[in-house]
Amino acid sequence: MTLTVRSSRPPRAAAPVRRILEQALAGARISDIDAVTLLRSRELVAVGRAADELRARKTDPAKVTFVVDRNVNYTNVCKTDCDFCAFYRRPGDRAEGYLLPKAVIFRKIEETLAIGGTGLLMQGGHHPDLAIEFYEDLFRSIKSRYRIHLHALSPPEIHHISRRSRLPVAETLTRLRDAGLDSIPGGGAEILVERVRRLIAPKKTKAQEWLHVMREAHRLGISTTATMMYGHVETLEERVEHLRRIRELQDELHGFRAFISWTFQPDGTRLGPRVERFPTSFDYLLTQAVSRIYLDNVDHIQSSWVTQGMKIGQVALAFGADDLGSVMTEENVVSAAGTTHRASTDDFVRAIRALGKVPVQRDTLYREVRVFD
Amino acid sequence: MATVGASVPTLDTVREKVEAGDRLDFEDGLALLESDDLLALGELADLARRLRGGTDDVYFVQNLYLNQTNVCRVKCKFCAFARTAKQEGAYTISIAELVEDAARQHELTGFTEIHMVNGESPHVTFEWYVETVRALHAALPDVHLKLYTASEIHHMSTLSGLGYEEILRELRDAGLGSLPGGGAEIFADRVRRLVAPGKEHPDRWFEVHDIAHRLGLPTHCTMLYGHVETYEERVDHLLRLRDQQDRTGGFLAFVPLAFHPENTVFERRGWAFTSGAEDLKMMAVSRLLLDNIPNLKAYWIMMGLPLASVALHFGANDVQGTVVREEIFRAAGSTIGSEQKIDELVRHVKDAGRVPVQRDTLYRELRRWE
Repeated sequence: MTLTVRSSRPPRAAAPVRRILEQALAGARISDIDAVTLLRSRELVAVGRAADELRARKTDPAKVTFVVDRNVNYTNVCKTDCDFCAFYRRPGDRAEGYLLPKAVIFRKIEETLAIGGTGLLMQGGHHPDLAIEFYEDLFRSIKSRYRIHLHALSPPEIHHISRRSRLPVAETLTRLRDAGLDSIPGGGAEILVERVRRLIAPKKTKAQEWLHVMREAHRLGISTTATMMYGHVETLEERVEHLRRIRELQDELHGFRAFISWTFQPDGTRLGPRVERFPTSFDYLLTQAVSRIYLDNVDHIQSSWVTQGMKIGQVALAFGADDLGSVMTEENVVSAAGTTHRASTDDFVRAIRALGKVPVQRDTLYREVRVFD
Repeated sequence: MATVGASVPTLDTVREKVEAGDRLDFEDGLALLESDDLLALGELADLARRLRGGTDDVYFVQNLYLNQTNVCRVKCKFCAFARTAKQEGAYTISIAELVEDAARQHELTGFTEIHMVNGESPHVTFEWYVETVRALHAALPDVHLKLYTASEIHHMSTLSGLGYEEILRELRDAGLGSLPGGGAEIFADRVRRLVAPGKEHPDRWFEVHDIAHRLGLPTHCTMLYGHVETYEERVDHLLRLRDQQDRTGGFLAFVPLAFHPENTVFERRGWAFTSGAEDLKMMAVSRLLLDNIPNLKAYWIMMGLPLASVALHFGANDVQGTVVREEIFRAAGSTIGSEQKIDELVRHVKDAGRVPVQRDTLYRELRRWE
């Protein structure tokens, strides 16, 4: 646990990779082609070392942060039929479709607050019956009762509400914000390339629409995150194109506070059988490290222990991530696709300490809540 | 920093030694374990591996795991496998049954190695062991028999009154090919008293392996880490193995084994699994210190295949085996399916940018995936 025993040498790699890493460490932006070269290389440790160094320049290298919140999925009813989703149920599915009553949501919030949670991550399906008034009422009733950060409604849900209520996106966002929405999660981005979206989610919000919602949110001063769900039908070039769109929008308005990537979880999905090659954890770590290097204008990178398990989730903190994400007291979407990993705050603290770092509980906006000295 | 004197090793001074081909010492080992620069450790371990002639080849063996009995006289605190003869779930499989099962498995999978370790049952004889080896060898003459830890050899000595050498000669003549590396745990007396007070003195482990090597029987070696031991005791363990290898050179491979607390007394005390970073660090440090043991296994059954494939960049060059059956770790709650297709091993090795090579027990190449 001593920081005195660190290597002062630069990462060791073969020529093309070394040049790209040197360029990044010198503070220059790497190109799309360079990012593909890194993704295609298998120089995991060298790329990881560069990512870790860049992370140390952006955030306190002695600390690793995490948030305690709850993932509440207010409905699983969705008209969008994404092939990668094992969670949703079609409208009219009376057996398995649900819409949580307010009382249930309140109870979940109370449980979250009781264990020291600070936030509510609320996302759901694109329910055809729910217009903006439903959300305004729900948010107001939550905010009038509880002091909790409301991190809710990914861009496709915002887009859905704006269409359902025939409102421009900016007005939809303003009304939701005024009702209590604090920030927006970056879900539903998948891969922001039309070819890929046509293959895996033809009815879902288009790449431009996703970016439009985020741009409007950032203009209104609403902070958001960005995500990427990969390892299905996209090419490495398309993964980088996704990153480029995030980086470009970030250059404009700097509204993304964090980037989170994870691999497609196939069980129970229609997309699963169509995927030729699933990414390994090796790919995962490399992709995360490349995202840290490429996204030179995003402060925080979260690792995804929920999809990778705690061992790789922890190791990922040495590959460019500075945040272990959420101690989720509830998670429904990834577990519907066959992946269930459980962890408590104790597990988080232990994993972070085992890396020689100081665990810090943060709130959704990355303000320190508790330092585990 | 004023507190760091010139004599304290750093990753940079260790790297200079590695690059010069100099042997690392106890203090170096400690500095490596105390470092939290995980990736620099990985890089250094990979460099050391390559400088010592390592290539991109990553090995695995197609093998069958057997446990003939779980009845055990020793009460090791880290073990979830052992039973007393009268306890529920205790079993001892007859020689005929064992051989029939192995032969059937062999028809199905064509494994080249049987790996078998057992409880130390007081209700069997040395002849039972010899008969077992002879019967397996007769039924499967082309299969390498990697059977019995040093503890079991010691147990046979207690049962029969014979010396280790005589026992090993008889087993070898009956068809034994090599010894697995189990029973090493952590060699330090303090640790043995705490976790395995009923087990023989660690010197016996070395004696058995020393004699085996001199008789031409290759062996494997292990370390069970992540329980009550200190970093000093881990380094001490590795250096004792290195000394032995200098003397006799018969270790084929080293396997660091992370302690699984589930279903042991340690679980009730709230112990947790080692973290991924600790496993990778141990892998790297093992490679760096054990400069005379050619192969280092990332034992995927223990660490999971995802982490094992990452460990290939932290000094490991072997992912062990396909492992048709595995009972000791299953009893300890490992939920990773033991039946893993070769395809999956190959995919993970390739994905790590390495070349999968199927080997036999003695590291002769059988098949390669370029």
